[in-house]
Amino acid sequence: MADIQSEIRPSRLRRAWDSDLAWSFRHAPVAVVSAVVVLILIAGALLAPLIAPHDPFNPATLNLMNGFTPPGQANQFTGDLFLLGTDDQGRDVFSTILYGMRISLFVGFSAVLLAMVLGVILGLLAGYVGGWTETIIMRVADVQLTFPAILVAMLIFGIAKGITPPEYRDQMAIWVLILAIGLSDWVQFARVVRGATLVEKNKEYVQAARLIGRSPFAIMLRHILPNVLNPVLVIATISLALAIIAEATLSFLGVGAPPTKPSLGTLIRIGQEFMFSGEWWILFFPAATLLALALSINLLGDWLRDALNPRLR
Amino acid sequence: MTDTPVLSVRNLVVEIPTRHGVLRPVDNVSYDIRAGEILGVVGESGAGKSMTGNAVVGLLDRPARITSGEILLSGQPIHTLKGEALRRLRGKKMGMIFQDPLTSLNPLLTVGDQLTETILEHLGVSQQQARERAVAALEEVGIPAARSRIDSYPHEFSGGMRQRVVIALALCAEPDLIIADEPTTALDVSVQAQIVALLKRLCRERGVAVMLVTHDMGVIAEAADRVAVMYAGRLAELGPVREVLTEARHPYTSGLMASTPLASQGHERLRQIPGAMPRLGNLPDGCAFHPRCEFAQDRCRQNPGPTLDTCDGRAACWFPLGADRKQEVGA
Repeated sequence: MADIQSEIRPSRLRRAWDSDLAWSFRHAPVAVVSAVVVLILIAGALLAPLIAPHDPFNPATLNLMNGFTPPGQANQFTGDLFLLGTDDQGRDVFSTILYGMRISLFVGFSAVLLAMVLGVILGLLAGYVGGWTETIIMRVADVQLTFPAILVAMLIFGIAKGITPPEYRDQMAIWVLILAIGLSDWVQFARVVRGATLVEKNKEYVQAARLIGRSPFAIMLRHILPNVLNPVLVIATISLALAIIAEATLSFLGVGAPPTKPSLGTLIRIGQEFMFSGEWWILFFPAATLLALALSINLLGDWLRDALNPRLR
Repeated sequence: MTDTPVLSVRNLVVEIPTRHGVLRPVDNVSYDIRAGEILGVVGESGAGKSMTGNAVVGLLDRPARITSGEILLSGQPIHTLKGEALRRLRGKKMGMIFQDPLTSLNPLLTVGDQLTETILEHLGVSQQQARERAVAALEEVGIPAARSRIDSYPHEFSGGMRQRVVIALALCAEPDLIIADEPTTALDVSVQAQIVALLKRLCRERGVAVMLVTHDMGVIAEAADRVAVMYAGRLAELGPVREVLTEARHPYTSGLMASTPLASQGHERLRQIPGAMPRLGNLPDGCAFHPRCEFAQDRCRQNPGPTLDTCDGRAACWFPLGADRKQEVGA
């Protein structure tokens, strides 16, 4: 059976390359450039321990004499050269950005994953089961939507921080951050999935699946979920950019990643203190990185939305 | 062939409670379908045709529910079944063919996946056997090169071919009863004839009982053995297709026939039944058809209205049309 199939159908890779989505990608220069930027940034974050010239979190390797070295110039005392300069502690800005991006991306991806799983499950349930289940889920969603997401995240962050024992607070900070952003972001997924589910569940193939005796769980998972995934992908991409920004905002406000494990947002907060004393690079490079990251992901999301929209094909 | 009909519907009532009172989209409907027989169910939109079909397969959605009457499948009551028992039975014993082949297949699963899913659910066979059966099912409904087409997605088929797949899907678990809810409405005319012929052949070969819901008199004339005419949730007329079509007893049936275009009729204007079907919440007293009936008399306006049981068993009308018609003069 397998060899018959391979004769008739081209290989999976070939089909993926030939697909409409891949074609549209190759013909969208903005999407290609964004993807390249995102890939470079992600690669930089993943390979940080290999690429970074310094380990910014190991106090033993830091030299306070290196503090405030401007980018691309040798330090006036030690003669060391730093690509993007150093901060007040003598930490290499380039290295802190690489390590900071790891935390930003990790928090972003995890938070979106949490929001997506939660939102998709609740949205499917609300749309397919209906009745009280739907009322309760969607009213909670509506109420949450009336507050700005960042406020909800801060609230959850505060509560979570309050109930964690003080000695674990720094370790737990990242996880609390993920929880806070994830919980503040599930509503969008739930609403979109519920709407799409309402449309799909009245289609006759769902009736047919009910008729042949599949369980509601099997129908939701096998028949409805794959058919509502397109918008979920788009929202997930755009949410990723938003989650990274939300993380940066929280960290900037001082409630996010601790200074011992700085994310891009923490770096921006630290850098902002030196803004007016002339050490612009401490703020500028982390901020530019955040901008590039969020913008590229957003542009990718926009492209994905257009590419997956059947009406724009 | 045994005497027990495959499907026996007895005095079925479906009700929908609303804030303006209880609606009865299906009101006291009774009929039998025997193995190898096709029962055509016709009527205007909203006459309760599809609702009857959905009640039989247990796909009524809240708030509609069966409030009285019984549905017997091979003599066993199925209207009382709930949950798991109903799920197992309806997939195994009943198949359904829907109106629109575009939406009755999952666009993201291959045709083979959907067929094997059904087969695996109901027949205790291995994955490999299920696939073989799926190929056989596709061949049986006349899909060429079934073995290579089985891994295609629904959008790779034409409308007629897709409806054949839907029929294969309904048949692959070897049901005793098939409900075909307007199976040809979304297809063009030449394909319609093929699908009707296919249904007819499968019904004969397999001895499946078929309930063919449609509003197309041509399809009924072509395929059905007996026909049930529904009006406002009630049976207006029930009988062998030839008799009902050639000598309708109920004025509504006769009106329906007269409003069906026939090529042989030449350029005469089509007759129409004046007025529209009453809304379910606002049924007239007595016979539901009397406001539109040209033969209506005082008795037609009084409760209780005529039913098949209280009349001659063929047409639910106090003054049925036909040879023994006496009231025409007095009217």
